[in-house]
Amino acid sequence: MDLTTFLIQCLNALQYGLLLFLVASGLTLIFGIMGVINLAHGSFYMIGAYMAYALAPAIESSLGGGFFSVLLVGLVLSVVIGYVLEWAFYSYLYDRDHLQQVLMTYGLILVFEELRSLLVGDDVYGVQIPEILAGSVPLSEVMTYPVYRLFVSALCIALVAGMFYVFARTRLGMMIRAGASNREMVQSLGIDINFLYRVVFAAGFALAAFAGMVAAPVSSVYPGMGNEVLIICFVVVVIGGIGSIQGALVAALLIGFVDTFGKVIVPDAAGVMVYLAMAVILLWKPDGLFKAG
Amino acid sequence: MKRLMTSPCAVIAAALTMAAAPAQSADPIKVGMMLPSTGTYARLGNNIKNGFKLYVQEQGGKLGGREIEYVEVDSEANPAKAIDNVNKLIKQHEVDVLLGSVHSGVALAMAKRAKESGTLMIVPNAGADKVTGPMCAPNIFRTSFSNWQPGYATGQAMAEDGHKRAITITWKYGAGEEMVKGFKASFEKAGGKVIDQLYVPFPNVEFQALLTQIAAAKPDAVFAFFAGGGAVKFVKDYAAAGLKDAFPLYGTGFLTDGTLEAQGADAEGVKTALHYADALGTPRDNAFREAYAKAYGDQPDVYAVQAYDAAQLLGIGLAATGGDVHKSAEFSAAVRAATIDSPRGQFTISKSHNPIQNFYLREVKGGVNQVVRIASEALEDPGRGCRMK
Repeated sequence: MDLTTFLIQCLNALQYGLLLFLVASGLTLIFGIMGVINLAHGSFYMIGAYMAYALAPAIESSLGGGFFSVLLVGLVLSVVIGYVLEWAFYSYLYDRDHLQQVLMTYGLILVFEELRSLLVGDDVYGVQIPEILAGSVPLSEVMTYPVYRLFVSALCIALVAGMFYVFARTRLGMMIRAGASNREMVQSLGIDINFLYRVVFAAGFALAAFAGMVAAPVSSVYPGMGNEVLIICFVVVVIGGIGSIQGALVAALLIGFVDTFGKVIVPDAAGVMVYLAMAVILLWKPDGLFKAG
Repeated sequence: MKRLMTSPCAVIAAALTMAAAPAQSADPIKVGMMLPSTGTYARLGNNIKNGFKLYVQEQGGKLGGREIEYVEVDSEANPAKAIDNVNKLIKQHEVDVLLGSVHSGVALAMAKRAKESGTLMIVPNAGADKVTGPMCAPNIFRTSFSNWQPGYATGQAMAEDGHKRAITITWKYGAGEEMVKGFKASFEKAGGKVIDQLYVPFPNVEFQALLTQIAAAKPDAVFAFFAGGGAVKFVKDYAAAGLKDAFPLYGTGFLTDGTLEAQGADAEGVKTALHYADALGTPRDNAFREAYAKAYGDQPDVYAVQAYDAAQLLGIGLAATGGDVHKSAEFSAAVRAATIDSPRGQFTISKSHNPIQNFYLREVKGGVNQVVRIASEALEDPGRGCRMK
């Protein structure tokens, strides 16, 4: 591997790692901080991607503004959906054991898949990359890099900064962290923990759906797409240390590098490299890289 | 009267025939459809059911003089549930014919049970080489393809186009590896060289690292097999990485079938080999497409064609055996001797019960898989491991 190829592979790894963080960030909130084993996370991602596909024509004709207004409307919609979902289903799960959480969230996967099949059908659909991001940057004599992927990376970096700021520097972040370590205590301090959790859940849903919307032009939308990201998201959150945002970031980047170079260096074992890395890290640090609290 | 009584055996035989004959024509043939109706392959499953039923309808609902009745089980494209599902069809519903499946893992499990129970089985899609290889049996037929075939045909086409050095890329699982094997066999036979074989873990769709590898290796052309969402993403990523203009992309037809709309302009110029194409333009195909569109309000695809031909095959066998699916030897002999008048073009069935058929080289032009030429004429799978003579 010459230097240029090596550098391009590093860029690929970084870009994939950031994308993983984006996809897993919602799970960090819902599973990491709120403690609900949310198997439906992949479905949230899928819902976002399908929103990007299905809403586009309607928004284009009524609002205009292309992909970015779709993102905005989708984001608002997903906050609402997340809020309602928490009220209707997830609010009953906090005190239940893991088995019940798994059962209900697995049930939701089936419901969402079936709804998707009824509403949009079972075909594969493409989502147009917005005009101004459609170009590409030359990297080597033949290889080019799509601008949209760079845009996604930039979005991820902005998201990382935003999440750090909210959690470490704001009162809201403080309350969320406090709620994660002791619900009753926070409640007795006069904070409406139920409302707080509803907001955090809505944010978690919105992040997952946002990831789906942003990924849709690159990955296209198709049945079962959520299941493919679900496992890798759990891997990221578990390696990073449950409840830790910086842990999730480090883990996502690590997985990005392991996956990219695994495919190049040990192609025959590429499928297990990520899980091997997870096993090694958990043997070394059973609570993940950065344990919260 | 007395004379007749002297031969009790004859009387019993006559009585049996008399009892059996009306029963046979009165009882419908039960076709157990084990196809996915949910999940990723739901659309394929649906088109297969439609294709099969269309032919039966055209024959007035009867094949070989017997009514056709359907029992449907959702295979969920899940090999883990395949044995349970196929047992349900064979034992509980007592089906006469098994039709399935889309997924190779499911089809292999079905074939195993079909081989044990002797139930007639027709595979309308799954391409696992084994089904008409080591697993072959007098009662197991396939009307689609073996994975080896489209791979082999693509290799021939790429070599004929003058390419010498190729890289292959696919998912690391059965179908991908078998297609690459077929591709390599013909491409290297024609003097080309496969300089690298790249694999992506199934069903991972992160291709960037391997695209970088391809750019660094600078082959003449690339052979790819992906399907569904993976195919869409691969073709788009390949174009976005700037590789499409540098190294022409070839593949088996699944790369651009049912996915063209989602792939858009990025698929233009991609060349694939398959036993069917969107616009063959033959009278037979036109008639089929018109009938299908009229019946279902939708355009047929290769899966519908394969299932339509599965029904034709069943009809040929039933006609030759007087509607008795249990006469395996006669059934098999009739099918092997027959020429099936398929919308894809006429084809015959090989000794291992896989189609001997033409493969078309298609190129994506204006969002359609247009036929360029015949890539491989009357291509027969070698049927490795099959002992049937």
